[in-house]
Amino acid sequence: MADDTKSRTAHLDLDTPESQIETYMHRRAAPAREEETYLDANELVLNMGPQHPSTHGVLRVILKLDGEKVLGTECIIGYLHRGVEKIAENRTYTMFNPYVDRMDYVAAVSNGLGYCEAVEKLLNIEAPPRAQYIRVILAELNRLASHMLWLGTHALDIGAITPLFYTFRDREEILKIFEKYCGARLTTHAFRIGGCQYETYEGFEQDVIKFCKFVRPKIDEYETLLTTNRIWVERTRGVGVISAADAIDFGVTGPVLRASGVKWDLRKAQPYAAYKNFEFDIPIGQNGDTYDRYIVRIAEMHQSLRIIEQAVGAIPEGPIMGKVPKVMKPPVGEIYHSIEAPKGELGYFIVSDGSTQPYRVRVRPPSFVNLQALDKMVRGALVADVVAVIGTIDIVLGEVDR
Amino acid sequence: MANDNPQDKDHLNPHPEKPGEAQRTGQSDPTLEQWTGATSAPQPAPPAGQPPAEASPSLPASDKKAGATPLKPEEAATPKPAAQGHAAPAKPAGPAIQPWSGEIVERLQARFGSGIRGANTYLGQNYFVVDPSVAYQVLALMHDEEEFDYLVDVTAVHYPDREQPFEVVWILYSFSRNQRVRVKASYGENQAAPSVVSLWVTANWLEREVFDMFGVRFDGHPDMRRILLPEEWQGHPLRKDYGIIQQDQQWVKINLGIESGQ
Repeated sequence: MADDTKSRTAHLDLDTPESQIETYMHRRAAPAREEETYLDANELVLNMGPQHPSTHGVLRVILKLDGEKVLGTECIIGYLHRGVEKIAENRTYTMFNPYVDRMDYVAAVSNGLGYCEAVEKLLNIEAPPRAQYIRVILAELNRLASHMLWLGTHALDIGAITPLFYTFRDREEILKIFEKYCGARLTTHAFRIGGCQYETYEGFEQDVIKFCKFVRPKIDEYETLLTTNRIWVERTRGVGVISAADAIDFGVTGPVLRASGVKWDLRKAQPYAAYKNFEFDIPIGQNGDTYDRYIVRIAEMHQSLRIIEQAVGAIPEGPIMGKVPKVMKPPVGEIYHSIEAPKGELGYFIVSDGSTQPYRVRVRPPSFVNLQALDKMVRGALVADVVAVIGTIDIVLGEVDR
Repeated sequence: MANDNPQDKDHLNPHPEKPGEAQRTGQSDPTLEQWTGATSAPQPAPPAGQPPAEASPSLPASDKKAGATPLKPEEAATPKPAAQGHAAPAKPAGPAIQPWSGEIVERLQARFGSGIRGANTYLGQNYFVVDPSVAYQVLALMHDEEEFDYLVDVTAVHYPDREQPFEVVWILYSFSRNQRVRVKASYGENQAAPSVVSLWVTANWLEREVFDMFGVRFDGHPDMRRILLPEEWQGHPLRKDYGIIQQDQQWVKINLGIESGQ
């Protein structure tokens, strides 16, 4: 037994090292060759996605790196392209309504609101006041839900796990209200052209007020977790900066634009639905960095609560459906109508040829346009910041690709 | 009720190959025709300058004669048979396209003369129809001098019956004026639209999408490639002659080697 071990060791000692050393030496000599190896290059092209947890869907980003520094990016999109605009041309105005929920699926209510209002304008009708108030309440609840989902996943990307549990716990309460109102939690299809399909359920107002009371301290809770958290501040402050002039040039809208210091919100600039009846502020940032965008969205959540509380206390009585023709044939013409979705300006450009089907529906998606600014925001930053910046733009790939 | 809405019923027809289904409704519907059979011949184009027949799918040739007379939507002129069945919800005469006059219009007309083919308002929204050759200059002027600093969207609409079938639409917004304006110009099959990336960076992806979906090229664009569809994709889906059934059948045939059930 002992002999065996000895001989084996001896065998190893004698044979292997020499050849290994030789090979090793030989390899070491390699850099003397003329051509450079892959690792000697200063620039590295790194592929991120499409299956990457921090891209929030199927976004592929090609990064050109120098060490950890990002020299440039290119987004490859379209993995979720379903041809929504083509579908619209083959459906009637009413039939297309549920499809819009599938674009920005975390803010389906806002999508529906924009589409319904655009068609209403084309038909030259208006939803009754009661329907408009219900619309505002649901749209603002949806804004809260969207921002909560954003906050949870964005913090998760950066490494903070707890906020995800907090925000999803509270978002659940909003989804419960949606479910009680229209039966669906996510793709709600809550509105119809001309008003709302459903009357509010018994106890809707109380539920909403209860939710507002419940969620206010919760938002403060998120803030205690993050706002002065040293890791959070280090990872977000000064990261992904975009100046106001650049933001306008890139056409970005929503919280990303406001965090750069541009006080512009379509709910104030060109009020739609019942927004002109409510008091609220437009929170803005100064630096246009990831931290400011976080602060702006948190402040927006408080403003949404303000709007909801004003609206729910003043829902007028009356019908919830306007006088809509059974067969919708908007007169020949075209319309562009846009609303302030949680992610920015969501616009619908609809061309009618006088038939029951739209001749052309163009969706102006906020995520698509905002994503274009990614390159500007991460150039010169570190590779770890790319994840933070993708999160802070708040994209939904269903809307980017349509 | 059922008779009121023949088109809707057709639309739900699961066997849309039947020729003449669209014609049966007595009113030719371009999108329906498109849907029912991609191979059906496109409607002959009305002679240029002549307003399209009543049942024609195309919109009034607004940019051909724009500026001459305020155009009325067809709806206002001819009550639709479908609407009569209902206790018509007292449709108001309907909004009409009004000529738009304002300082911007005057300035632009003074500068470009007949290059501005029309300036109209519809449903409270203003738009210019401009000659394709001056489109870039108009947009540059809007950007540089009229403070339209935000390009909301670039898109296109395909009118196969028109002489210049692709109407490119630029939607502009001015923060200082809180005003939105659309600028429209029509381009032919092999004609390139001017790229405005040099004016607004945001046009980059938007123009790529228009190229992807309509095949309209933009002159001066730094990177004219498809954006949503893969590079090897055949055709441009948002053209009216791009049949989805046909596309499906082709795909199934090539990739699965069987006949499509569509």
